[in-house]
Amino acid sequence: MTATIEVRNLRTHFFTRDGVVKAVDDVSFSVASGEVLGLVGESGSGKSVTGFSIMGLVDPPGRITGGSILYQGKDLAGLSERTLRMLRGNRIAMIFQDPMVTLNPVLRIDTQMIEAVRAHAPVSHSQARTQARDALGMVGIPSPEERLSAYPHQFSGGMRQRVAIAIALLHNPDLLIADEPTTALDVTIQAQILAEVQNLAARNGTALIWITHDLSVIAGLADRIAVMYAGRIVEAGESEAVLDRPLHPYTAGLIGSVPSRNRRGEALRQIPGTTPSLLRLPPGCAFRTRCARTDAMCEQEPPPAEPLPGRMARCFHPLLPVPA
Amino acid sequence: MTSVVLPSSRPREETPFRRFVSQFCESRLALVGLAVFVLIALAAIFASLIAPQNPYDLAQLDIMDARLPPGSSSSVGYTYLLGTDDQGRDMFSGMLYGLRISLGVGVGSAIFAAAVGTTLGLIAAWFGGKIDAAIMRLVDLQLSFPSILVALMILAVLGKGVMNVVLALIVVEWAYYARTVRATAMVERRREYIEAAECLALPWRRILFRHLLPNCLPPLIVIATQQVARAIALEATLSFLGLGVPITEPSLGLLIANGYQYMLSGKYWISFYPGIALLVTIVSINLVGDQLRDVLNPRLSR
Amino acid sequence: MLAWLIRRLIQAIFVIVAMTVIVFIGVHVIGNPVDVLISPEADQAERARIIATLGLDQPLWRQYLLFVIDALHGNLGRSFVFNEPALTLIAQRMPATMELAVTAVLLSIIIGVPLGLFAGLKPNNLISRTIMAGSILGFSLPTFWVGLMLIMVFAVQLGWLPSTGRGATAPLFGVQWSFLTWDGLRHMLMPALNLALFNISLVLRLTRAGVREILPMDFIKFARAKGLSPARVIFVHVLKNILIPVVTVVGLELGSTVAFAVVTESVFAWPGMGKLIIDSINVLDRPVIVAYLMMIVLLFVTINLIVDILYTILDPRVRLEHKA
Repeated sequence: MTATIEVRNLRTHFFTRDGVVKAVDDVSFSVASGEVLGLVGESGSGKSVTGFSIMGLVDPPGRITGGSILYQGKDLAGLSERTLRMLRGNRIAMIFQDPMVTLNPVLRIDTQMIEAVRAHAPVSHSQARTQARDALGMVGIPSPEERLSAYPHQFSGGMRQRVAIAIALLHNPDLLIADEPTTALDVTIQAQILAEVQNLAARNGTALIWITHDLSVIAGLADRIAVMYAGRIVEAGESEAVLDRPLHPYTAGLIGSVPSRNRRGEALRQIPGTTPSLLRLPPGCAFRTRCARTDAMCEQEPPPAEPLPGRMARCFHPLLPVPA
Repeated sequence: MTSVVLPSSRPREETPFRRFVSQFCESRLALVGLAVFVLIALAAIFASLIAPQNPYDLAQLDIMDARLPPGSSSSVGYTYLLGTDDQGRDMFSGMLYGLRISLGVGVGSAIFAAAVGTTLGLIAAWFGGKIDAAIMRLVDLQLSFPSILVALMILAVLGKGVMNVVLALIVVEWAYYARTVRATAMVERRREYIEAAECLALPWRRILFRHLLPNCLPPLIVIATQQVARAIALEATLSFLGLGVPITEPSLGLLIANGYQYMLSGKYWISFYPGIALLVTIVSINLVGDQLRDVLNPRLSR
Repeated sequence: MLAWLIRRLIQAIFVIVAMTVIVFIGVHVIGNPVDVLISPEADQAERARIIATLGLDQPLWRQYLLFVIDALHGNLGRSFVFNEPALTLIAQRMPATMELAVTAVLLSIIIGVPLGLFAGLKPNNLISRTIMAGSILGFSLPTFWVGLMLIMVFAVQLGWLPSTGRGATAPLFGVQWSFLTWDGLRHMLMPALNLALFNISLVLRLTRAGVREILPMDFIKFARAKGLSPARVIFVHVLKNILIPVVTVVGLELGSTVAFAVVTESVFAWPGMGKLIIDSINVLDRPVIVAYLMMIVLLFVTINLIVDILYTILDPRVRLEHKA
């Protein structure tokens, strides 16, 4: 199965006054059609920047400094802005984290949807409006005809996110990047949105990259998981395998710190220490300063290894299962 | 800025004041502005020593020397550096003395307006309730009218003259101080050191002026600089329109007005040079004020 | 919505009434009403007659009522100098002033918004920095001085434009206007620019600040993610957000502009209300002064009210607020 998108050794650096921030540092993964990839990590791990890099929406002082993003045989990292624009919102779409600020507050919903339709298809205004109305219906917004004439502030957060999803899926993209779309929503709405996106993606065969910091969200959704830390992918594999038998100490720490996994009466388990500043990464393994299994070897940067078939981990001391 | 850093073992303690000074000096433009303004102020203060002629002393004026271009020499021996006006007054001397009046009126009115406005702003913030509402209504009413209109109204009723101009300027300006100080004071009022002062049962006057006021100074200083520039510009405008200072003691605005009629016949220097002086004064103050505002702005993370 | 409107109207009426009281006090209490309202050239009999007519020998509150009733009938006294009703004099000159003020305001938008947009989109450009430096000069320089300089350069030295006066006019709806004739436009250019300078700087800085505030917002990024052209993003998404506060400020400044026309009209000998008031103050033609003050306050309050209503119509979020 050929991958819809294949990211190879992507590097995106930010050249700030205080130094170079290697937000994305040698990231590689691929997503196939109809597949859901969960990109997991704490804030500052570089997961959102990865998404923006694919879209070509990295703003100065940042830029893609290396690697390739292969889509249909073309390297997105090398394409002109004009060509990228034809793909954005059309074949590759993105939804953002905070639905309260995703839509322009002074423009009506239909304006914002019609322009998205007409940016990539030569249809008339009324045809575009019909498409918009159908799209709203598809994401489960009641009485779409009246809703079209409304302004964003007249919608709740969950509804606004649905509108954003509808807009993203207008042209039936091959790849949808969802950047923490449920983080800012209530738990009950979260579940609804999750289900909605999952259905729509499955129905249309869209490849989905779901970016989140919340493991519990990704558990039932993703086919494969990639865990990011300090700009690198430290572990990747099938989601059940990664969640049940993590290889990388960081992944294990993340799973262990999920509150529902802790027993009542015990102190909540945490990963000791804090994420290092991306300006001053320790040489070698970035997780070294917080890992219980570290030794002198870890002062070298661990290369992506395959300790078990189908599983990737950047670690010299992965949590391998004891051989029987 | 509520306490001074305790002295440490470091060789040079960085007090808030020192930090403020070094941040201010980051802008070369502002430093230039400050330097220029100091020069101008000194020139105005020592006008009688610098100016070759006292333009108010009619005995020193020679009407035959009227409207001479810059660089001409006078019958008495010195050069008219910047020419003469229609009365035979040396422009350079006239400008220096005019600067005195312009600066005097501008700064003087700003000081009084600051005093009135700050007091009212502090009182409004302290007592709150109806007093606050009343004062703020007045401020809003005042500020909704353009300054020139208010000044015109006052001068129309009271007539012309230096004191009336100062009064008009004070009435125009106090509201800005009142509004700014009230906003800052309302925030500071809730802090613990004010609570502590209240617990000590200090009289409210003392708390207001000894404790609250010093901590409301940063925005006040910014506003004050801007207001001085505005006052100078407004006074110049009023004098230019003939509604300001009397002809016997002209400010820069009046000097410019005097030369207005000669502009069309090419004798530009009578209006031009006082205009430059006015310009440089106002712009230098604004440059300083801009940098002060950037440095003292609590919202800009530094 | 209606409740808000009524409250706003009452507020406006309150301000007008307050102004009548202030003017009344200024004339009858602080000034000497006999001096103010009776020409110094009137003889004893004339004086007695006027005192009786105006009720100057009556209690203050009665005088105030007389004053108000007269004002409502359009009788605000007779000019000493012109021996015509003061209100007529002012009404005759109002078109000239309004023409100048409205042109100045339009110029401030036409020049200020594009410059501000440019400075906001490319802040580190040399041109942008020059524009911003120029804007500082624009609102610190006293208007009268700039006017003088304009005359000196364009009229005296270069001889391109006429230095003073209004030039030819043509009638429209029974009123004489300058903008309808080429000669009139030539005469209007410098004064209008002079008057507009302060506003241009204001609008410029506002627009730039608005652009810098709006550009990094999520909804702009989302608009780009939809694949919209940069032109659409700037001129629809960004501009609509900026225009609302800009138009508000400009609208409010219209009143200020009419007031400041006093200076420009004096410099350029433009025969409007402003020049009339300055001349009147100089010759102590007090009925005209009183009439002018009342008219301008009325103008002011009306403009503020209209701007407030317009703002409610333009910004959908404010509309909701005012409905509540």
